[in-house]
Amino acid sequence: MKLIYALFTGLVFGVGISISGMINPAKVFNFFDIAGKWDPSLAFVMGGAVIVTFIGYRLVWHRDAPIFGGGFQLPSNRTIDARLVCGSALFGIGWGIAGFCPGAAIPALGTGRWEVVLFLAAVTVGFFLRRLLAPAQPHAKVASS
Amino acid sequence: MESVFTPYASFGGGLLIGFGAVLLMLGLGRILGATGIMSGLVFAENAAEVSWRAAMVVGMILAPGLISLVTGQMPELSVPVSPIMIVIGGVIVGLGASLGSGCTSGHGVCGLSRMSARSFVAVPTFMLTAAITVFLIRHVFGA
Repeated sequence: MKLIYALFTGLVFGVGISISGMINPAKVFNFFDIAGKWDPSLAFVMGGAVIVTFIGYRLVWHRDAPIFGGGFQLPSNRTIDARLVCGSALFGIGWGIAGFCPGAAIPALGTGRWEVVLFLAAVTVGFFLRRLLAPAQPHAKVASS
Repeated sequence: MESVFTPYASFGGGLLIGFGAVLLMLGLGRILGATGIMSGLVFAENAAEVSWRAAMVVGMILAPGLISLVTGQMPELSVPVSPIMIVIGGVIVGLGASLGSGCTSGHGVCGLSRMSARSFVAVPTFMLTAAITVFLIRHVFGA
């Protein structure tokens, strides 16, 4: 039951990504291309998503525990450090080069396009590279968010 | 390459993305971060954490097919960059998102909604570097 619930959750997220235009690199590039063919659509994606999540999280947190148990597991790391800033800066550079981010590329796999497979394979290489170059520090729960 | 301004579809899609994030918190008590979900599957260090992530990924992958069943066409997706740029960008995305503990979904949607100070640093940082990168590639190097 938990797995069917997780699958449904993924489906809702994936349909949202697909309808919103996040799935389309051409649209992502134009969102960032303020000096050129600016298409501000993706600001509406972030707006809609944050409104629902902001309110929904607060309603959910009135519960003692999630439906399937285990407690609410929120990132405990509060440190603003070089890892966070450099990592985020790099992520933005990669996003601006390829036009995909992980949350858009996973649903995009369902379109059967080979470029998506190539992108996700490269992301996986990047994960390994991070482990090689910057092993996790004891206080940092890596990729928990 | 031009793209059409789609405020309603984008806002509606955004609402669904948020709904997915809330569902995951309600059911499993987790942040919906694509980087965390993907790296949790790649490294599979904790078996109990693998199955729900795999189920979520299957659901995500089924989404475009469901849309094509309902509307008769796949969501629009055009990739105006070369394979080498996809590879370079992908490696940097994987390295950066892993180092910064999150991407557009984890920091952008869930982190901002949690009012996480780390996410309030991460999101403007990656939005700015993405915009600078696109500016450099399109208007300085003229690709």
